Amino acid sequence: MLKFDNVSMRYPGAGDVLRNVSFHLARGEMAFLTGHSGAGKSTLLKLIALIERCSRGQVLLDGESLNLAKDRQVPYLRRKVGLIFQDYKLLQDRTVFDNVALPLVIAGYGHNEVSRRVRASLDKVGLLGKEKKYPAVLSGGEQQRVGIARAVVNKPPMILADEPTGNLDPELSTEIMHLFEQFQQVGVTIFIASHDISLIAQMNHRILKLDHGQLVGELNDETR
Amino acid sequence: MKHVNKKPGKQEPRWQTKISGGNFVDKFHAYRNHHAQALFSSLGRLVASRFSSAMTIVVLAIAISLATGFYILVANLQQLAGNLEASNQISLFLKDDISEARTNKFVNSIKQNPDVQDVKLITKEQALAEFQSYSGFGEAIKALEKNPLPVVIQVQPKNSLENEQALQALLEDFSRSAEVDFAQLDMQWVKRLKSIMEVVRCGVFLLSLLLGAGVLFITANTIRLELYNRRDEIVIAKLVGATNGFICRPFLYGGFWIGFFSGVAAWFIVTVIMLILRQPVETLSRLYDSAFHVLFLGFTETLALLFISSVLGVVGSWIVLHFQLRQLKPE
Repeated sequence: MLKFDNVSMRYPGAGDVLRNVSFHLARGEMAFLTGHSGAGKSTLLKLIALIERCSRGQVLLDGESLNLAKDRQVPYLRRKVGLIFQDYKLLQDRTVFDNVALPLVIAGYGHNEVSRRVRASLDKVGLLGKEKKYPAVLSGGEQQRVGIARAVVNKPPMILADEPTGNLDPELSTEIMHLFEQFQQVGVTIFIASHDISLIAQMNHRILKLDHGQLVGELNDETR
Repeated sequence: MKHVNKKPGKQEPRWQTKISGGNFVDKFHAYRNHHAQALFSSLGRLVASRFSSAMTIVVLAIAISLATGFYILVANLQQLAGNLEASNQISLFLKDDISEARTNKFVNSIKQNPDVQDVKLITKEQALAEFQSYSGFGEAIKALEKNPLPVVIQVQPKNSLENEQALQALLEDFSRSAEVDFAQLDMQWVKRLKSIMEVVRCGVFLLSLLLGAGVLFITANTIRLELYNRRDEIVIAKLVGATNGFICRPFLYGGFWIGFFSGVAAWFIVTVIMLILRQPVETLSRLYDSAFHVLFLGFTETLALLFISSVLGVVGSWIVLHFQLRQLKPE
């Protein structure tokens, strides 16, 4: 599903942020990406979401090379990846329904289809009945669930989350992680960046560790 | 909505990668609805920030009404010049001491001229009467002891005599006559007026271009501010796969509304000004015995005004979107 082949990323003036990163995520796999602050986790995710382009090497998503993607193809490639953020990135002046519906409206779905899918998606994250509420009146955990509902509503083959539990307490964090596992069980590839080692160690999944831009091995052997 | 997309036998893939939701009709409706939604939501935003919108629209309307006002002015002047077009006649002002008999003889001799179509004699008394009734100096003239006006012979040359040199020759011929004090070809000042009009029209055109550019950039700046205020929304939409077209649409419609409403406001400004001016202009026109009537903006001109201002609004926002949207990248 996702393949990094000797990927390096260099920002002008900042040196190499990623160096010769290679790994492969199979379809339907769930994996964590960890490492200290500034190790390059966010940069790595940005390459997948095509927010940045790598300086060297190759990134393959669903068999397609992201290096070769033209600017006008970027929106269509992004629809294959559901993005989840630490700060949720919800539109505060829109209702929960409208927030979740955004990817569908963008993709040009009809009104009935949008309505049906948004409800299904909100049902999955346990927020059915809160469609008309505004994000500001929801708790942090609920807001993140709205973010997740928005990420999965278009049924992307892959979900990418950048510190999704960074602003949540341990109990809510575990709940959110279990929610991700449910999506993995229906075949979605899940890739989560998190520095919360104790949380991700509880989960029985592959962990990739970045250190100063280099992949320093997988932690699953040590923690299991 | 009539087109419910429910096909009982259709098995949908659980996680699809391509957009395949809904049938074609449903998609078309969605596309149309999205356009309608962008059209009305941009209008809604304009209304929501009504104070700043109103200020922008008033500024634009003033610029547009200036251009339109100049256009109307030129159109009215042209109408005035148009009335004068036919008069390529020659006026002969006779010397003061010519007797009536000699005047009549002279008129008859002019009538014999093969180049002349028609001759009209205006006696001193007729000239005075005409002058009193139209010039507004009636009372002042009554105070004069002696009629100061000369006898005038209006000579209408043959229509075939369009050649300016031939007219000039005829004019010189008349001015050499002993009876004539001064001969004037009326066409000369019509020509001068027309070339002045040409200069004015050219100037108005250039001024309109400048004002149009002003409208363009004021709209652009308004849309730029809007873009800046909504950058979070744009970034989020981009992250979930919005194309530039999707993002641009509400802003282009916003530009359209600003231009359109400015055009409507400009129409009102111009029409009110014309209504105020109509009375004095027509009084003035009557004093000159002229068939001149104030021209207002016609139906086609009103449509053109609204069309041009709407297009300026759309183009203004397009310029900003073209140059600024690329800078609004996620992160």
